[in-house]
Amino acid sequence: MGDWMTVTDPSLCTESKNLHQYTSETKMSPSSLYSQQVLCSSIPLSKNVHSVFSAFCTEENIEQSISYLDQELTTFGFPSLYEESKSKETKRELNIVAVLNCMNELLVLQRKNLLAQESVETQNLKLGSDMDHLQSCYAKLKEQLETSRREMIGLQERDRQLQCKNRNLHQLLKNEKDEVQKLQNIIASRATQYNHDMKRKEREYNKLKERLHQLVMNKKDKKIAMDVLNYVGRADGKRGSWRTDKTEARNEDEMYKLLLNDYECRQKQILTENAELKKVLQQMKKEMISLLSPQKKKPRERAEDGTGTAVISDIEDDLGELSRESAWGLSCDTVREQLTNSIRRQWRILKSHVEKLDNQVSKVHSEGLNDEDVISRQDHEEETEKLELEIQQCKEMIRAQQQLLQRKAFEEERASWLKQQFLNMTTFDHQNSENVKLFSAFSGSSDPDNLTVHSRPRQKKPHSVTNGAPACTSKLAKSLPASPSTSDICQTRSCVSEHRSSTNVLNIAPEETKANEIGRECTNQKWSVMSRPGSREGCYSGCSSTYTSSHLERDTLP
Amino acid sequence: MNFSESFKLSGLLCRFSPDGKYLASCVQYRLVVRDVKTLQILQLYTCLDQIQHIEWSADSLFILCAMYRRGLVQVWSLEQPEWHCKIDEGSAGLVASCWSPDGRHILNTTEFHLRITVWSLCTKSVSYIKYPKACQQGITFTRDGRYLALAERRDCRDYVSIFVCSDWQLLRHFDTDTQDLTGIEWAPNGCVLAAWDSCLEYKVLLYSLDGRLLSAYCAYEWSLGIKSVAWSPSSQFLAIGSYDGKVRLLNHVTWKMITEFGHPAAINNPKAVVYKEAEKIPELGLGHLSFPPPRAMAGALSTSESKYEIASGPVSLQTLKPVADRANPKMGVGMLAFSSDSYFLATRNDNVPNAVWIWDIQKLKLFVVLEHMSPVRTFQWDPQQPRLAICTGGSKVYLWSPAGCVSVQVPGEGDFPVLGLCWHLSGDSLALLSKDHFCLCFLETKEEVGTACGQRDGHA
Repeated sequence: MGDWMTVTDPSLCTESKNLHQYTSETKMSPSSLYSQQVLCSSIPLSKNVHSVFSAFCTEENIEQSISYLDQELTTFGFPSLYEESKSKETKRELNIVAVLNCMNELLVLQRKNLLAQESVETQNLKLGSDMDHLQSCYAKLKEQLETSRREMIGLQERDRQLQCKNRNLHQLLKNEKDEVQKLQNIIASRATQYNHDMKRKEREYNKLKERLHQLVMNKKDKKIAMDVLNYVGRADGKRGSWRTDKTEARNEDEMYKLLLNDYECRQKQILTENAELKKVLQQMKKEMISLLSPQKKKPRERAEDGTGTAVISDIEDDLGELSRESAWGLSCDTVREQLTNSIRRQWRILKSHVEKLDNQVSKVHSEGLNDEDVISRQDHEEETEKLELEIQQCKEMIRAQQQLLQRKAFEEERASWLKQQFLNMTTFDHQNSENVKLFSAFSGSSDPDNLTVHSRPRQKKPHSVTNGAPACTSKLAKSLPASPSTSDICQTRSCVSEHRSSTNVLNIAPEETKANEIGRECTNQKWSVMSRPGSREGCYSGCSSTYTSSHLERDTLP
Repeated sequence: MNFSESFKLSGLLCRFSPDGKYLASCVQYRLVVRDVKTLQILQLYTCLDQIQHIEWSADSLFILCAMYRRGLVQVWSLEQPEWHCKIDEGSAGLVASCWSPDGRHILNTTEFHLRITVWSLCTKSVSYIKYPKACQQGITFTRDGRYLALAERRDCRDYVSIFVCSDWQLLRHFDTDTQDLTGIEWAPNGCVLAAWDSCLEYKVLLYSLDGRLLSAYCAYEWSLGIKSVAWSPSSQFLAIGSYDGKVRLLNHVTWKMITEFGHPAAINNPKAVVYKEAEKIPELGLGHLSFPPPRAMAGALSTSESKYEIASGPVSLQTLKPVADRANPKMGVGMLAFSSDSYFLATRNDNVPNAVWIWDIQKLKLFVVLEHMSPVRTFQWDPQQPRLAICTGGSKVYLWSPAGCVSVQVPGEGDFPVLGLCWHLSGDSLALLSKDHFCLCFLETKEEVGTACGQRDGHA
């Protein structure tokens, strides 16, 4: 159990050599080794006593050795080796008794020391072995601790995983329970419903049984009959007819007719809806194209725009498509697809354009308003205000001009009418020539509008002129186109516009006031014709309203 | 708004004539026909027993009175008061009776739904239709009166028969893939027939006039299904109200659901307006305070004035917990009605019984919720314009239009618990029915009603 350590006195180094000799020779158990050592330690004393002791004291230095020993012993507390001298000068005699006592004392001491050493050595050995033992225990325990720690971590990990699993399972269980509860509720409600129905049916069944029983028992049956004073005629007044195969077939026919009508109606509705939506899409496409057309783009943007060329080519493509579409009547699948694809393209371009603008705006805001190309919002607003004012002014000017033109025309009319009057009154013979002259003077313009405008006062004249000759007016009436034809002209005009408008949404607003032809034109005719087929009356009423307005204006003349 | 005086009535039997000129009402076994404008009695007929059902013929010339206990139907003529007709079903018994659209045939359903007898007033012919189904809505006529669809059950299977009303010829007969067919209804355009199953199975089947199955729709399985069904007057939509508290709209082009409307008790929609009926606390002067309150005061409090108030923010409505172990529980959408122009849909969720939900069909969104202090009994749309009349069993009638809403107390001494309503075809007047009386409410023109409310203008 461990190594036994021997503690040797360094002064006995020679001895130790011998000891080593002995120890190396005899490899025995430690206890026997120790005893050997003890013996060895003691044996050399007996065997080599002469060699050892002769080294200290020889025949020559007896006195010196005695004195030295005496000194040493007295320092150790032993009595002196010399006899008590009577005088100082005489040589002290060795006290043999003292020497022997000292020797005995020393032997006793030696023995005690040896014993003590033994006990100390045994204790040492014991402690050493204890220490070894403890150290080995410690190492083992440390190992055990490590392993148990590792185990614990492993177990903890497992525990965590199991808890996780547990939680999941709990959740699943809860879900399943909820579902089960739900299904149970459903089952319960269905069961109550079934029971309720069953009970109802059973009650009915019972009633039926009772009634049957009653009927079987009851001999006298109440007569089932209808008692009416007189039969009433049919609601539609027709006679009743027999039921034959022909009537069956007729019923089938009628039924299919009804169904077909319904489907046709719906199809019509869907077609008109489709047409409207397509129109809207086309309009959107046109507007988008116009928004994104290259002229409007700023040169800077164009340079920045990497897809500029692509955009331009797209726009050209779409413009081409537009014309093609309108020609094809928008009914094939391919055309429809083309339309939607081109709209998508345009929309993408528009989106990228708007995004770019947004970026620019944000850039401008961050950089400040020093950029030349981008004007500040205030300036922009000021500009728009100015432009609006200008527009207002121009509009007013135009209106004023129109009014003046009208007045002038009225004046001219009036003048001509007065002239006519005068002529009628004065020269009766020269009617024809005069009137023809007048007519030619007035019908100088080939414009149908002019004719229509002037025909009205011509018509009015027969009523207002009392002195005038009816013959002349009738001739006038003959020579001038009568009002129905003017309305024909109006009609043909509207028809033409309608026909055109059937393919496109148009807003026709031809303002026919030309500053040059002051003498000819008097009224503005504004036509707003929408494409809906159902609004023909609206168109006509539009025309007639302008005519009535002109008619009324005539009335105000003196 | 003017109210007429109240007249006697029994069994909530009060009907306007289809041409709008007359008003028929029943008092026990007497039938009283009045002129609509003057409310003067024009005719008085006496039947043989207590009347359970009255119906005008489509041309407003005849009225039928059905007495189920005696198994009798008596028909009276307006033009010739001395004309009489009595149909006795005898031992066959009678459970239902109705006119055919031409006004010359009467369809009687005998007891136990054994058969339907078609009696003719023009000829001596009688027709029988066997195996009619005893269900909620087993007979439906097309709006133009040409065809009759009838639910039948033979050998534990459901069938539908389509008859031509002019000669009662069977046009089509086909089976329906239903467990227990509960109702059938023609679309207003007369070309599509909707058939739906009982509440145990959610199934709606759409058939064309010639019997082809156009489409089948099922929203979910197992839970209780369809409670109510309504066609929009334009035939564009079919609204299906179910026990899960939702209304699903099917469109007529694809017969697929386009949207579903939920009816939660808590309304968070900021765009929907919620009107709550609140009591107007009568103002008391200090001198009138006394304890306990005198009887007159108590009476006044019970029939106190109330008005609609606009509730703001998220609103929660009163709910009713349905009894779990009873059949036909009080939950789900039980009442559905489209306005005459199809722009609005009014619904009621039976577990929030005090509220009426009004949906804007153009936008497919919730428009208005009206909550009352007692459960809504019935509501009906004005036949001419989008105006809804509601009654809750109290003495008030409630009117809603996009311009606003108003609650009007029915005048008169004592209570007039309004249990039913009936619009006149012109929308100018409304008959209010209570257990023993009825009165007419004459509405002014649209503008008047708008200003009378004064609640919220420009709401649309």
